[in-house]
Amino acid sequence: MSTAGDPRTAGDPRTAGDARTAGDTSPSHGTGAASAEPVLRIEDLAVHYGPRRRRRRALHGVSLSVTPGETVGVIGETGSGKSTLARAALGLVRASAGSIAVDGEDVTSHGPRQWRALRRRGVIQYVFQDPLRSLDPDLTVGTSLAEPLLIQGRDRDEADRRVRAFLARVRLDPDLLDRLPGELSGGQRQRVAVARALVTEPRLVILDEPVSALDSANRVQILDILKELRADGVALVFISHDLGSVAGVADRIAVLYQGELVETGAARDVISAPRHPYTRLLVRSAPTLHSAPADRAERAALRALLHI
Amino acid sequence: MSTLSQKAAAIRQPAPGNAAGTAPPVLSVRDVRITDRAGGREIVHGVGFTLVPGRTVGIVGESGSGKTLTCRAALGILPAHFEVSHGSIEIEGRDIADLSPAQWTALRGSTISAVFQDPASYLNPSITVGAQVAEVLRVKKGVGRRAARREAVELLDAVHLRDPELVYGQYVHELSGGMLQRVLIAAAVAAGPRILIADEATTALDVTVQAEILDLLADLRDRTGLALVVVSHDLAVVAQLCDEVLVMREGEVVEHGPTREVLHHPRHDYTRLLIAEHQQYGLEKYLAVEEDA
Repeated sequence: MSTAGDPRTAGDPRTAGDARTAGDTSPSHGTGAASAEPVLRIEDLAVHYGPRRRRRRALHGVSLSVTPGETVGVIGETGSGKSTLARAALGLVRASAGSIAVDGEDVTSHGPRQWRALRRRGVIQYVFQDPLRSLDPDLTVGTSLAEPLLIQGRDRDEADRRVRAFLARVRLDPDLLDRLPGELSGGQRQRVAVARALVTEPRLVILDEPVSALDSANRVQILDILKELRADGVALVFISHDLGSVAGVADRIAVLYQGELVETGAARDVISAPRHPYTRLLVRSAPTLHSAPADRAERAALRALLHI
Repeated sequence: MSTLSQKAAAIRQPAPGNAAGTAPPVLSVRDVRITDRAGGREIVHGVGFTLVPGRTVGIVGESGSGKTLTCRAALGILPAHFEVSHGSIEIEGRDIADLSPAQWTALRGSTISAVFQDPASYLNPSITVGAQVAEVLRVKKGVGRRAARREAVELLDAVHLRDPELVYGQYVHELSGGMLQRVLIAAAVAAGPRILIADEATTALDVTVQAEILDLLADLRDRTGLALVVVSHDLAVVAQLCDEVLVMREGEVVEHGPTREVLHHPRHDYTRLLIAEHQQYGLEKYLAVEEDA
């Protein structure tokens, strides 16, 4: 689908992204953050699945870095490779090319044991769409939340204090500490999963579709919580198909299409002046309160351009 | 495009005068209340709207707001124990309260039809999707086997499925969610209904696919005079397609009016909340309000 006038970001998307951030007149802390050492630095990442003869490319040439206190949104649709990106950043799938560094440490060829050590130190944490995947169904909320702290060797009193503090932070009642995940509503469960990701005060949290299974009240609550985290200097990678949620919390947005990042830039610019035709199609497709019927013709033209 | 308009004309005769919105209503819902007889509780506390050919009414609300029950009442498929305890529903001027099961069967598909959220669960996995569209034509319109096949392929083409001949012979597991929803829309409009209810029909789809399905529904409406009821938890989906919006919450219609009026001058706090959510966590944060005063 590459043509002569291919408008996808050439070379290192970060360069283009930072250039846009510099031109952004809004009081975003993007420029300040750009000078800090990145907590996550992905360079030219490729991931392949399948046996040698039927290898399928899931990601190709992906470069992305996230600085402390920065929220980077990754938007993409089914099959774009967005979950593969989350899994690669967490060491759950192996990179076939390129490199990944977390908090300055090259983790590209880390084995499971080294990854476990990294997670134990509380450097990197994650939240998935289905909280039952990140919470043990047989452990009470209190045990689940205290576990990572006890593993770190903190004493019970301190762990308990912290658990209560983080539970309050995700606006949950301490009464829930004795409950099992199965006894909570979907929204409460996801907030427990967020609290569990935060108790060890990680430098980086990878969130893969964290609000996609929630109704709108719970969605807003989680997004509010994520926004507050920036003040603490936590770096977030917010991966979702939902442009609205990403636009609401991200400082920068990266657009993943068919395994490649086709556009990276300040959230405002990517949404209000998308450069790649696929980004334009995404933005024109997302229903807004002010969608114009004229968008229909534009969408048809963009689909034809992208051959989809 | 011409195939769609030809097919659309074949789907049904465009209703004369629908542009002016003067045609008699195809669906009238008057102060409908729905009660759960088992629990002795009223769940829906009075919903009313009128729909004429070529127009679209939207119902917005969260799960439990009563929007789906209202639709099911209009389709005569309320769950066991639920009943319309007050008010009336008229389809093409005919009160549906005392329709027999046989009369309902005649009405569904050929006059009123629906598509829901999970298309795969409404299709038989062991029969090709094309044969299932053809079956609607044979049963509802009495079309012969060969003609039904030809018309079904035309319908698959009309809902913009690429290579409709190929899709005709495919099974549910071979198609994506967006393609399945198109097949379901083809089946829903096959017998030329006058009313189509789309209940969260695009909720599970990718955003670009959602837009394609919404565009398709708008096309069918504009070209054939189909009357649409669009039900969604997302005010923006409804705003995109509908002339008129009902905002429901806990069984109550808290706001009802022309879409533009509701969006620009919401009167109820709940509607204001829905709009504020979009402005805070939606593209509206960065997109200038287009000039539509």
